[in-house]
Amino acid sequence: MSTLHVRIWRGGAQGAFREYEVPRHESQTVLDVVTHVQRQLDATLAYRYACRVGMCGSCAMTVNGRPRWTCRTHVDKVARAGRLEVAPLRNLPVIRDLVADMREFFDKWARAKGQFRGSATRTDDFARVSPASEQRRLADAAIECIGCAVCYAACDVVAWSPDYLGPAALNRAWTLVNDQRDTAQAQRLRAVAGDAGCHSCHTHMSCTDRCPKELSPTASIAGLKRATLKAALRDEL
Amino acid sequence: MRAVRSQTLLWVAQRASAAVLGACVVVHLATIIYAVRGGLSGAEILARTRGNGAWFAFYALFVLAVTVHAPIGMRAVLGEWLGWRGRARDAVLLAFAMLLGVMGMRAVFAVFA
Repeated sequence: MSTLHVRIWRGGAQGAFREYEVPRHESQTVLDVVTHVQRQLDATLAYRYACRVGMCGSCAMTVNGRPRWTCRTHVDKVARAGRLEVAPLRNLPVIRDLVADMREFFDKWARAKGQFRGSATRTDDFARVSPASEQRRLADAAIECIGCAVCYAACDVVAWSPDYLGPAALNRAWTLVNDQRDTAQAQRLRAVAGDAGCHSCHTHMSCTDRCPKELSPTASIAGLKRATLKAALRDEL
Repeated sequence: MRAVRSQTLLWVAQRASAAVLGACVVVHLATIIYAVRGGLSGAEILARTRGNGAWFAFYALFVLAVTVHAPIGMRAVLGEWLGWRGRARDAVLLAFAMLLGVMGMRAVFAVFA
């Protein structure tokens, strides 16, 4: 059985990498490696995961310099010469070891008016939204986000402008802009426009390149740029 | 005007001025290459350009596009690279825009008026 040489970030923002040797297995994921370290080699290692099947968005880390979901990242795909380096996500404060503080990330979803605001009550009939409609199609293309923050960690604009809402929050807002039941459209467009919003996006497309769900936050942000521009020209922003 | 509206309009002004600049740069470079084929002196250039209303309008548009485009781009660069945001930055960039406009139009008047 071969051995994998793994460097794992230990400590807070001022921590350092520590090396571990982990037995190599077939179909081994990066999360398997981190779990082996925590269960067999060093029980003090802090990391976060839940579903292990790519649904919950909890286990994202920086693997060999790139943000990835670790539960569905095979070691085969990312190890270089039998070496792995695992660190917490970029652009978020480090709590300890591999655990990043996600508060700012989700607070920005709220700031982008990422909550659905409806007008129907429980006595109303179901809203009927045609799956073939343009708006539904646009919302569907962006809706499968699992909130893993991989895009947020990959985004250089987030690194340069701490107030920037980031790709995930803007992508969420775009799904609601296309939700014909939603009643908070004007407030939402106002929330996502300008320097802290979609207009700061440089279209580097790192978010789209890294998204494990293969969504395109870049396309969503481009949609927001069009929608907010129309609102600005009508003096509705 | 709300800040987000003016920021959105700055964004579209930069995109629109970029489109104008794209066309202007192509015409500018093509004209230079065409005009200097056989060698050219300053006096010859001025003999052709002075009093030419069409070229005056073209380069006035070029200068206007630069005046709009460059300061808005600098606004993002100063914010993202140096962390300089706020009214002082925007005031300095407004002065920079005016400087570009004055210097550019001074050159346009000197060559085409």
